[in-house]
Amino acid sequence: MDNLRYALHRLASFFRKKPLDQDLDAEMAAHLAFAVEENIQRGLTPQEARRQALIRFGGVEQAKQHHRETRGMPSLDILLQDLRFAFRTLKKDRGFTIVAILILALGIGANVTVFSVVDTLLLRPLPFTEPERLVWMEPADAKGLSGATYSADAFEEFRQQNHSFEDVTAYMPFYGTNDYKLTGHGLPQPVSGVAVAGNFFQLLGVKPALGRFFTEKESVPGSAPLVVLSNAYWHSQFAADPSIVGKAITLNDKPVTVVGVMPESFDFGAVFDPGMKMDILLPQVMNDIRDEGNTLSFIGRLKPGITGASAQAEWSSIGPRLHHNAHNPQWGIGYTATISGLKEHVSGKLRRSLIVLWSAVGMVLLIVCVNLANLLLAREATRKKEFALRSALGAGRGRLVRQMVTESLVLAFSGSIFGLALAYGTTTWLAHQGSIALPLLSSVRVDNVALAWALFLSIMAALFFGLVPALRTTRSNLQEALKESGRGAGEGRKQERMRSILVISEVALACVLLVCAGLLLRSFLHVLDVDLGFQPSRAGSLRAEYKLGNTQGLTAAMAYQRQGTAIQAIVDQVKNLPGVEAAGVSDMLPLDRNRSWGFTPKGREYRKGEYPGTFVYIASPGYLQAMGIHLREGRDLSWSDRPDTQQVVVINNAAAKKYWPGESAVGKSVMVGGERTIIGVVDDVRETGVETASAFESYMPVTQAGAAGAELVVRSKLSPEVLAPSILKALRQINPDQPEVAFRPIQALVDRSTSPRRFFMILVAAFAGLGLVLASLGIYGVISYSVTQRTQEIGIRMALGASLQKVRGDVMASTLKLVGFGVVVGSIAALLAANGISSLLYGTEPGDPRIYFGVLVLLLSVAALAGYLPARRASRIDPMVALRNE
Amino acid sequence: MADQKLDLLQGTLDLMVLQTLETMGTLHGYGIARRIEQVSGDEVLLNQGTIYASLVRLQQQERISAEWGTSDNNRKAKFYAITRKGKKQLQQDTAYWGRLTGVMNRVLAMQAEGSE
Repeated sequence: MDNLRYALHRLASFFRKKPLDQDLDAEMAAHLAFAVEENIQRGLTPQEARRQALIRFGGVEQAKQHHRETRGMPSLDILLQDLRFAFRTLKKDRGFTIVAILILALGIGANVTVFSVVDTLLLRPLPFTEPERLVWMEPADAKGLSGATYSADAFEEFRQQNHSFEDVTAYMPFYGTNDYKLTGHGLPQPVSGVAVAGNFFQLLGVKPALGRFFTEKESVPGSAPLVVLSNAYWHSQFAADPSIVGKAITLNDKPVTVVGVMPESFDFGAVFDPGMKMDILLPQVMNDIRDEGNTLSFIGRLKPGITGASAQAEWSSIGPRLHHNAHNPQWGIGYTATISGLKEHVSGKLRRSLIVLWSAVGMVLLIVCVNLANLLLAREATRKKEFALRSALGAGRGRLVRQMVTESLVLAFSGSIFGLALAYGTTTWLAHQGSIALPLLSSVRVDNVALAWALFLSIMAALFFGLVPALRTTRSNLQEALKESGRGAGEGRKQERMRSILVISEVALACVLLVCAGLLLRSFLHVLDVDLGFQPSRAGSLRAEYKLGNTQGLTAAMAYQRQGTAIQAIVDQVKNLPGVEAAGVSDMLPLDRNRSWGFTPKGREYRKGEYPGTFVYIASPGYLQAMGIHLREGRDLSWSDRPDTQQVVVINNAAAKKYWPGESAVGKSVMVGGERTIIGVVDDVRETGVETASAFESYMPVTQAGAAGAELVVRSKLSPEVLAPSILKALRQINPDQPEVAFRPIQALVDRSTSPRRFFMILVAAFAGLGLVLASLGIYGVISYSVTQRTQEIGIRMALGASLQKVRGDVMASTLKLVGFGVVVGSIAALLAANGISSLLYGTEPGDPRIYFGVLVLLLSVAALAGYLPARRASRIDPMVALRNE
Repeated sequence: MADQKLDLLQGTLDLMVLQTLETMGTLHGYGIARRIEQVSGDEVLLNQGTIYASLVRLQQQERISAEWGTSDNNRKAKFYAITRKGKKQLQQDTAYWGRLTGVMNRVLAMQAEGSE
């Protein structure tokens, strides 16, 4: 306690130097006056009295200095001194300082940005209460959404029967973009919404930003319709008006009361469906979906102390007894689930990519540090005399190292200030990239943890690139250094070796980065080259609304007929618009949402668990053509397929080849939503992801099955901006309430699916590019420095008859030797790294020789360029000037 | 403080200052220096200036207090007085010194016997 107070006193004195010094001066003056007075009284002359007094006092300045050191904090004083000196020297060497700070800013900025992304996606917990107890449940080998979901009855049964979970909640993932329509605010506006179980918010433990959330009691049949707005939608559509809570809005022509607004920290799309902008959350009334099969995604909260393993064991015993539909037990009994942490479900798949990204950016920082160490070495070589002089004047080695490290710290901190500005910019930009399908991306920001990371990195970097040259420079013999006229013999060569090693490691690091970037780029190009089974270019889609009126009391056939007629009107109207080549409707689009049904060729029996599924598209004639899906054999769906005619289906090649290998599937019968006759076979379409092989796919006419909405697909040479207004106008003629939806290019679906890969590839490529630039800068610096150092030697050689070519060739040779070493070391390291990222590659071998060869050529040509400039300078040395220069 | 035990001279001067203030009451820097010189005769060759480092340290440790005042002969000077904390410290240090000198005397005496 006393020690702390003492330290505080000393710290206070540090900041009150001036008054304390004045006080001391006055006190010492008084002291001397007393002494002089006493001496005079003893009979001395005034001069002698003063002289004696001063002798007795000792050195006034020493006493003052002693007093100051005792009083204040000498180490802090030294730091300030060093800082002032560092600023002064750095200011003098402006070119070096700017380059150093710029390089550091890039390195630290990139690192903080990537760290913020990694922190948000991987490290930070989800924005829920005690998120570590939240788990995701989904069958292990789920294909498509229908296989990954459970029925409403299973949901209720499981909630009642389990003992491992505090509670289980669910949401309905079979939503589409713009499923809803908001009216009463100008033109009808499209709205995307998801229905969630009544206990959804309570289970996750989210607090509303405004108002309240709906509860389970409000999710039963007959309860008043309620809606919760997403924070973003509340801002964009309602201008963040707090009075909206409690008011009714018109959704799908019905009044719905807004009860609350989601907090900014929890965006449904960001967590559960990356890349999806979810505007509203509605209560799911379980009765409404009871007969619709698998419709719910489960999220559970484990009881405290219950492990995932024991919950898993309980699932295994309860699961087989759960009903698909309690009233129709013949529909099937039994579910399975693999339990994983919710966080793992949200971002677990990205872990490897993120770690690769983190490593890549770490390598960039290493290259930055190596580069700076190199620059500092060169710089300190020229300052050797200065240091020698200072140590001759009494500065200890520790003091000199301390001063140089202070300089490095000043550089590092200045760099990290600019780097942080860069990181703020890039993270803000990233957070607004809604089209990148990465979870939680919207909440990426430079927070305190990232700031701490930046601080840590700057200090580590400064120690790395500052300490190495500092220790080297100050180790040298004082007398040697003072005598040396800048161009050292032994020491200079040692220095050059050190610098060469630094450059080699820089080239090696850049080589690793380039190879990885090359492999990822090649994978990405392969992904772009994938035969999707449809032609995204020149096609676009929008969500069309059609009205069926009151369908109560209608038979299924009558309802299908009405639906078919409504959709036919839309397709016919749009098909005839100028510029439209083809138009068609499907309720689902590939790479968007999906659902699957059972698929059994007639006459086949399946054991339990083997029952194969097919993705199902309820489509109109013309859809296949509009999407550019190639018809391999048979015919397309037709308007003459009516509810009362033969029930038909078009299947994909994968299904046809599996069940009718070597023969035509056309004309065969299959059980898929009832018994149907196969009328055509089409190419396989990538359904769940560009990189995921196609499963079975079936297309049924809108006149013979119930569609879940209508995605109108239009193929045209016209640009979407030109086309969209005329399509919307045509749709409004049929249905004046058609919402003002955007016409999205089909390519956007593909882009969304490939966006994570694109994101990682672009970043790694950018880091590799940065590494290449830095490495070439390093090469240039070293070669250029050695040419300067050897000006005299070169001059002599030229005077003795060495040709221009010879001099130039020597410089180039030493450059290429350095780079060659670097590439050899780098290639070996790159091969190891490439094997580490092999799971991220697509259609590319980790040892793809073309990539390695390409990197070799790239590095050598960059090195040749970096070496050429100093080489040309060397060959232009005038022997006379060089020799006279001594 | 730990370094007092190691740095004998520093501790010595601090202790002398405390003892002087304890016995003489309030004094200014010159007075303290003169008093220590007088008491120790010629045995301590004190640079009077060094006393100010000691004074500021004791002050920051709150063992003495300081105040500007006027001397008998009407000169402005800074006067120091021992505080409660300082008195406590003085007692401890005095005891410590007693023990240390006792031990030192015994040790040195033993060495003299052993050399015979």
